[in-house]
Amino acid sequence: MLNNLNIMNNEIKFSAEALAIVKQMISRYPDGKQKSALLPVLHLAQAEFDGWLSVPVMDYVASLLSIKPIEVYEVASFYSMYNLKPVGKCTLEVCRTSSCWLMGAEDIVRHIQNRLGIKDGQTSSDGMFTLKTVECLGSCGTAPMLQCGAKYHENLTLEKVDELLDKLATDNKRTTYLDIV
Amino acid sequence: MPTKLLLNNEHIPGINTLQVYRNNGGYASVEKALKQMTPEAIVEEVKISGLRGRGGAGFPTGMKWSFLAKPAGVPRYLVCNADESEPGTFKDRYLMEKIPHLLVEGMITSSYALGCNTAYIYIRGEYFYVSRILENAIAEAYAAGYLGSNILGTGYNLNLYVQVGGGAYICGEETALLESLEGKRGNPRIKPPFPAIAGLYGCPTVVNNVETIAAVVPIVNNGGEAYSKIGIGKSTGTKLISASGHINKPGVYEIELGIPVEEFIYSDSYCGGIRNGKQLKAVVAGGSSVPVLPTELILKTAAGQPRLMSYESLSEGGFQTGTMLGSGGFIVMDEDTSIVKNLYTFTRFYHHESCGQCSPCREGTGWMEKIMHKILDGHGTLKDVDLLWDIQSKIEGKTICPLGEAAAWPVAAAIRHFRHEFEAYVMQPSSIKDVKHYYRLNNIEPIPA
Amino acid sequence: MPKVTIDGFSIDVPEGTTILQASRILATEGKMPDAHVPPAMCYYTKLKTSGGYCRTCIVKVSKGSEKDPRPMPKPVPSCRQTVMDGMEVQNLTAPDLLEARAGVVEFLLINHPLDCPICDQAGECHLQDLSYENGNAGTRYEFARRTFDMIDIGDKIKLHMNRCILCYRCVKTAEQITDGRVHGVISRGDHAEISTYIEQAIDNDFSGNVIDVCPVGALTDRTFRFKSRVWFTKPMDAHRKCDKCCGKTAVWLSGNDVLRVTARKDKFGEVEDWICNECRYDKKQIGDWTIEGPRKIERHSVISQNHYESLRQLKVDISNQKKLLEVAHVADIKQN
Repeated sequence: MLNNLNIMNNEIKFSAEALAIVKQMISRYPDGKQKSALLPVLHLAQAEFDGWLSVPVMDYVASLLSIKPIEVYEVASFYSMYNLKPVGKCTLEVCRTSSCWLMGAEDIVRHIQNRLGIKDGQTSSDGMFTLKTVECLGSCGTAPMLQCGAKYHENLTLEKVDELLDKLATDNKRTTYLDIV
Repeated sequence: MPTKLLLNNEHIPGINTLQVYRNNGGYASVEKALKQMTPEAIVEEVKISGLRGRGGAGFPTGMKWSFLAKPAGVPRYLVCNADESEPGTFKDRYLMEKIPHLLVEGMITSSYALGCNTAYIYIRGEYFYVSRILENAIAEAYAAGYLGSNILGTGYNLNLYVQVGGGAYICGEETALLESLEGKRGNPRIKPPFPAIAGLYGCPTVVNNVETIAAVVPIVNNGGEAYSKIGIGKSTGTKLISASGHINKPGVYEIELGIPVEEFIYSDSYCGGIRNGKQLKAVVAGGSSVPVLPTELILKTAAGQPRLMSYESLSEGGFQTGTMLGSGGFIVMDEDTSIVKNLYTFTRFYHHESCGQCSPCREGTGWMEKIMHKILDGHGTLKDVDLLWDIQSKIEGKTICPLGEAAAWPVAAAIRHFRHEFEAYVMQPSSIKDVKHYYRLNNIEPIPA
Repeated sequence: MPKVTIDGFSIDVPEGTTILQASRILATEGKMPDAHVPPAMCYYTKLKTSGGYCRTCIVKVSKGSEKDPRPMPKPVPSCRQTVMDGMEVQNLTAPDLLEARAGVVEFLLINHPLDCPICDQAGECHLQDLSYENGNAGTRYEFARRTFDMIDIGDKIKLHMNRCILCYRCVKTAEQITDGRVHGVISRGDHAEISTYIEQAIDNDFSGNVIDVCPVGALTDRTFRFKSRVWFTKPMDAHRKCDKCCGKTAVWLSGNDVLRVTARKDKFGEVEDWICNECRYDKKQIGDWTIEGPRKIERHSVISQNHYESLRQLKVDISNQKKLLEVAHVADIKQN
């Protein structure tokens, strides 16, 4: 949705539309507490700037919220949803905690590994997929499951995973947490 | 027909929209509270109801509310904890996704009772799509005059916002959640002061779980007394149970507190029994941090009484023979399950989610995961099992926040009730029942039977 | 004023005093042996919001207060727990507490490189002291230790993250006494590290104080690195006229050479006054300073000539007490 980013001359800048969202986010908090918007703004930045948070992007976010860059680094590195390194267009986040394990998450992970020829944390050579094993995503009753972008893919079977990977490859679009699903 | 207070309308098409929700009695509690009740009267009703925090700790909500400091000229905040991340728990997601207006309604009524003019719903980042559902519901509520200034012409103002997290289990701890809401690392604060005195932005704050806030709606509508008559003893009302694992019908069930565990597992109204005709082996009854119990102790207490789905009955016998209701994350394991391997996923989880602030949890969780990995790899010794026991005992009670206990209890319980399985793993790894997983883990082809 | 009793030593302290502060007052006033003061690795009097992280200062509250005499269910961090009137606290007199503390020490050490022989902090390292006093001789940890690369943060400070125990003191120092903090805690859990994230120098008139507050050898003075073991140097109180700081320092001499300059530290290892980088790094001539005389090192550490005897005696006393307790238990059982 918000892909009209301005990266001409390596300039990092949100689109006018995204800036309006940032402004609206900041307005949710009392005066002087604009730092509260940091997590949502980082999500927005990650979606706008290629799915990960580079140092210039984080510095830009710091300047938008009038905080020190280190405060952004501290936060971005704490939470597991922010990528501090480039990732593929689609990040497959496979849950593997208890219930998902009980229902066969290991098979799902191994299937994806074999099919894409990548290990946990790696990106396929075509830059399409990144595999990430994650801890409980709150979908235990519909296990096993994986998250790609905003979407939860539940009650997975190996066939369903194949279908999903085919579809994502055909769509060839970057998935983000901000997608409307 | 079992009583349902939260999910009674879940089957109605379009219940996620304000119009359908209102046609089915929605927002009545807001009308009643704002027009006919004083804030104090609502707090009193919640006290009478006996409602206890549904996030896991089970602290009486009315009492929590009455602790809220009310200094003049200082804003107060209500923050809804929708950072549901306890493994095995998915009830809040279900509730918010199906009936978002129930939470919005509960937030308005509760905010009025607490005298808050700004409230936040902090939802875990992974539930981004649910946050959109909530935002739509909130927009509808603003348009209908249930939010904003001069709500229903009563002069009461409330702004309600949704905040998404960034992916951290620890933010389910209320002070870590507040830190995160302030745009910081989710490091739990050192208490005291408690949020009721100094919470969000240093102001008095109440943090309540989604289900707790939702339960305020029927309490205000029908009165605290009516609510308190449902359930058993001090476990009043209904509870959402997230059932998962090796059962025929996983999902979210609203139960009257006090039904027998056996009924919950085997009745077709609930889990529908163990799938594939297998036998029950063990249950984690309240989310990953509560002790796992073997069949004989989860169905019956040590005294031989039927175990009930209630705060008291599940914890009967202490940790020696009991467990906890916790968040209601009910994970069922069949006879083929390796408790050792399941525990490994738990230790890995807590290692991954430790915030790293205090030493016992930061170092201890990683150590326990490494030992579990070693045992699963077939390199463990009996000494390692004792060491695990010792490490968990040195984490428990020594940490800033309850994550230390949450990481220690499952380890203790697994060893307490299934020590023989650990011994089998370390004595003769090749003879263990769960050979499939063992060989898989080691990338060895299983020997054909 | 609330009255608190620590290991049997009582004192009246102002409202809001923590157990740790109360025990330090007792020790400073000579009313209690120093060894009864709980060790503190992360708490620092001069730094707001410090403390509560390392859990080494935990104590047992055997009586909550006069009003509510119930014991507290868990050990509490003495640096954060304020006293109540009539509170009774057990430190060295509670064997179970000492075991819990030994557990904390073990946790702090499992990923510590134990490279004391090549560490500049050795001899004045609080973790070293803590381990001698409260730890066990061996380790039960058999996995690879966590490692990080060493970084130069500017030309004066070496960050040796392997040794760090994440006490947060240096972060709070940068936040509270310098302007423009550029380092912080990155990542979470046991991957957490003190870092600038990107290569960046900590450059500020008071940045050198992070070296003094560091309880271990994670932040060391590059101008002193590998120059000498601290116990071979002679600490002297010295001063000079400085327009940035108080100018009162400790200079560490070898002959007439000034090997390093630090702030003066009290008997609990905390600096008395912050000093500026000019005094710390640039005044390395004996002529720059007015020497007041030898500095008394009160801490029971290597630099105070291996005076562990008194402490050892205390430990013996306690283990005797523990045995007595056990005997008492056996007697109980036999009676029933």
